[in-house]
Amino acid sequence: MTPLRYVRASNRADALAQVGRNGRFLGGGTNLVDLLRQNVEQAGELVDVSRLDATISETRGGGLLIDASVRNAALAADPRVRRHYPVLARALLAGASAQIRNMATVGGNILQRTRCPYFYDVDGARCNKRQPGAGCDALDGFNRYHAILGASDQCVATHPSDMCVALAMLDAVVHLAGPGGDRSISLTDFHVLPGATPDVETGLKPGELIAAVELPPPSAATTNADYRKVRDRSSYAFALISVAGGLALADGCVTQARLALGGVAAKPWRATKAEAALVGAAPTPDAFLSAIREELAGARPLSGNGFKIDLAARTTVAVLTALAGAHP
Amino acid sequence: MTKLQNAIVGGVRAVIGHVPASWLPGGTPDPLIDKRVSLGEQQSRVDGPDKVRGKARFAAEVPMEGLLYAAFVHSTIARGRIADIDASAAEAAPGVALVMTYRNAPKMAVPPPIGMTNLKAAGNHILPIMQDPEIRWNGQVVAVVLAETREQADHAATLVQVRYDAAPARTRFDEGKASAYTPESILVERNRLEKGGPGRKFAEAAVKIDAVYTTPWESHNPIEPHAATIVWRDGRLIVHDATQMIHGTAGSLAKIFGLKPDDVELSSPYVGGGFGAKGLWDHQILGAAAARLADRPVRVALSRASMHRLIGGRTQTEQRVALAADADGKLKALLHHGYGVKPLHSICDEGFTLTGRSLYASESFDIVQHYVDLDLLANSFMRAPGEAPGTFAIECAMDELAHALGMDPIELRRRNVATCDPVSGAPHSQSAMMEAYDLGAARIGWDRRIAQPGMRREGEWLIGMGCATGTFPFMRMPGTSVRITIDANGNAHVASAAHEMGMGTATVQRQHAADRLGLPVDRVTVTIGDSRLPFASFAGGSSQTASLAAAISAASSKLVTDLLRLAGNDTPLAGLKPGEVAFADGGLRSVEDPARQESFASILRRSGRGEVSVIGESGAPLEIMKYAMHSTSANFCAVRVSEVTGEIRVDRLVGAFDCGRILNAKTATSQFKGGMIMGLGMALTEETLLDERTGRIMSTSLADYHVPVHLDVPDMDVLWTDIPDPRTPLGARGIGEIGTTGVAAAIANAVFNATGKRVRDLPLTLDRLI
Repeated sequence: MTPLRYVRASNRADALAQVGRNGRFLGGGTNLVDLLRQNVEQAGELVDVSRLDATISETRGGGLLIDASVRNAALAADPRVRRHYPVLARALLAGASAQIRNMATVGGNILQRTRCPYFYDVDGARCNKRQPGAGCDALDGFNRYHAILGASDQCVATHPSDMCVALAMLDAVVHLAGPGGDRSISLTDFHVLPGATPDVETGLKPGELIAAVELPPPSAATTNADYRKVRDRSSYAFALISVAGGLALADGCVTQARLALGGVAAKPWRATKAEAALVGAAPTPDAFLSAIREELAGARPLSGNGFKIDLAARTTVAVLTALAGAHP
Repeated sequence: MTKLQNAIVGGVRAVIGHVPASWLPGGTPDPLIDKRVSLGEQQSRVDGPDKVRGKARFAAEVPMEGLLYAAFVHSTIARGRIADIDASAAEAAPGVALVMTYRNAPKMAVPPPIGMTNLKAAGNHILPIMQDPEIRWNGQVVAVVLAETREQADHAATLVQVRYDAAPARTRFDEGKASAYTPESILVERNRLEKGGPGRKFAEAAVKIDAVYTTPWESHNPIEPHAATIVWRDGRLIVHDATQMIHGTAGSLAKIFGLKPDDVELSSPYVGGGFGAKGLWDHQILGAAAARLADRPVRVALSRASMHRLIGGRTQTEQRVALAADADGKLKALLHHGYGVKPLHSICDEGFTLTGRSLYASESFDIVQHYVDLDLLANSFMRAPGEAPGTFAIECAMDELAHALGMDPIELRRRNVATCDPVSGAPHSQSAMMEAYDLGAARIGWDRRIAQPGMRREGEWLIGMGCATGTFPFMRMPGTSVRITIDANGNAHVASAAHEMGMGTATVQRQHAADRLGLPVDRVTVTIGDSRLPFASFAGGSSQTASLAAAISAASSKLVTDLLRLAGNDTPLAGLKPGEVAFADGGLRSVEDPARQESFASILRRSGRGEVSVIGESGAPLEIMKYAMHSTSANFCAVRVSEVTGEIRVDRLVGAFDCGRILNAKTATSQFKGGMIMGLGMALTEETLLDERTGRIMSTSLADYHVPVHLDVPDMDVLWTDIPDPRTPLGARGIGEIGTTGVAAAIANAVFNATGKRVRDLPLTLDRLI
């Protein structure tokens, strides 16, 4: 770790004022501190925003406004989340460990970085995300956990968050505060695909801070929803594939469908093609399979992750089939 | 090892085979097999309270004035030379005391290799350490940074600039197989075994199976990363270490630094998990060298990543097993061939082909293993070396044969269980494998298993059950010594440079000494973990308990003689010979006339002595040359496999063990369970990710190297036959390692029963099942 300055922000304005050009905002530190200690990232100073206001409040429209400093554990335990957005609670609880969820913040979770081992091996591996133009050792290396959608020949890393997959499915909006004022961006637009610049991972501008995340009011397809994560051990492992799905049915047809995939791309993948194919279809496993296949038609397997295409389809069909059966 | 070794071992076995049993150690069964008071009871670990209170001081916690902290810079190539190394920025960084490289490191001899011939050697490899610019594996230490704080050292280490002249490196297993070498022996066994005309038996047999099984490289991950706090004082080297080889490590460090053996003082009272990992590796050597260079004490505490790059693990294996049987399931031939990695600089054998030689009475054998020499980190022993991967291959093959025969897998084993050593014909000291099977089968409800795969389901989950044999040989190490001191109050104090890695060494030997000496346990103390105490061999090969027990037994015999001598003629014991008295009620008592007795305290008081002290030693383990001495176990497993995702969930594990008598039900259960959980990790998740392009390990954290989490660990039952082995001290055989053996096979066999899919490659990841 490079020596750095640590300051604790007293409020959001103070945080924005304190952070310098080489500064970073510190949430729970469950990822950033590792990155700093392993010299993957360097920071001149850390501005601790983990003790700023951390409230979850109802919006006038009937949604929820979640401060960025709310801890993952607190969000998962919130009765309103559990009742109206169960998919979010389940996604949160599928992530990390109880200890890490007690520390990790909502803002930090959104900004966590890929777990590609080549990204972390500063001394021994090439990585375009860490060092633009260096090359990518994952392309022909260990890429079991890597992307099948939206990757480029520069980078095949995945975004590791579970929470974000549920947020993408829920049409969450990210509220930002920055030196140039406040603005909002949908979560699905917040993360960007690697293209030729895999070092750029989000639309965040220099000095900007995630202030809050807003959930739109619940609907039938967000309440009749589930999150399923498939991984290499029962807990404390990143997703090989995860699925956040929601269905509303009427008269034997799908009226609303929501679907997002995790573990497949550099961002939580909102499966809009599959959603479009589902609306109006009969809620049958065959229809679910054909819809997800449409989404996965553009999937590109790597040397070590070809199984994920089939696994994503199987898991999606299982989630949607269960939701169709569970629908009142 | 060599042809000469084969000749010597073969010769000794031939001679011992003709020696009457009564002349050998264990010739008369240990009276404590049946005369137990504390032994066999549930006893909590004596070190437990200090550990849960945080009072137990581990190697990385020893306080020291003027301490410097070490950080390592690891090579990033597998083979070649350091062309240039620039430490100037690191040396100028805040808090840095010095940077050590091959250019300024003190002269050090190569580590003396661990082995049976020198019990004070513990080297896992025989490479020079920081003596030249040569790079031998990706991850080798090229610089050591010492600084006032750990953080300063870590930061400065990132500033060391190294330029390499890379040479072609051999890092690919499949390519290396072409030039594999075939050692003459594996541990103390001859490697090649061809007996009984296997070629003809295969040709004649009614049923045959022939398959290749693979197990991956696995890395050690004890909860306590390797650490040492090291200081030079008046030319003497003092090391606070975490080691399961106290004298081996101390003796090796003496050789490496050219010191007299007594000039190295090493203490290691607590070790946070060993499993074979906690021996001598480069970190203690580099720490001691850097401490000498800086003339200040040094703490080395490896990061998890440094551990993965510096501490060897279990080699990957590729094993072909072919079995032939007649229509009744009687084994006609057993073939076990295979490859593992063992670089030429590596010392530790992975004897995976030893498993199939002892379990089943096949009519013929064809066994040999080969090693691939690669430019990689040396291997080491990892809990049940040899038998852990060996039982996976043999026991999956047995399951395949049972399926091919249409026979219950337990019945197949019943028809083939060895009644003596199937290769040499030596008699078993004790063996009750099928009793273990019967116990385990009853506990898991084996009769509920449906032989045809894929027949049971609950929703998307396919349900199955499997079993497999586990095994590990008995070992007792020569030279292990204890001192027993009886103090003026008649209390006993037992001391030995033995090891506590969490298994209950002091606890169980306290129970043993109490029963041996006729004392209640609260009048016995046991002190271990320091090189200044009487010599003890390593805690490895599941041998420590038997070795210490033999030494305590020997010491107690001497104690009788000494006490009778001290008692003199003015005692109720006057005139009695050692064979005519026994320990009882805190003293000695006539066997014939219990009224004639005198307490230790009384004997000492009258003789004017404050204490009496004796040393006893575990002699040569000749019994293993005469008898086939193996523990066995029957592992049972119930699994669910998702038809959707291929995820495996183990619902139940039952281990039934035939390991002689169990000395402490509580610590034994923990040992068995821990071993089984390690087997579970081997089955489901553990794999060291070696990037064969560079020879670099890519799984250097606990997020990337998957050991089982709590949720992976099912309901577990541990059972034992508790049948004494009449040839061993206390009737017990070692239990440290057998728990890991056979578990992966039982799980793989259960997965086959659930799904009909035979996965022969570990770990059993979900992509192999969809």
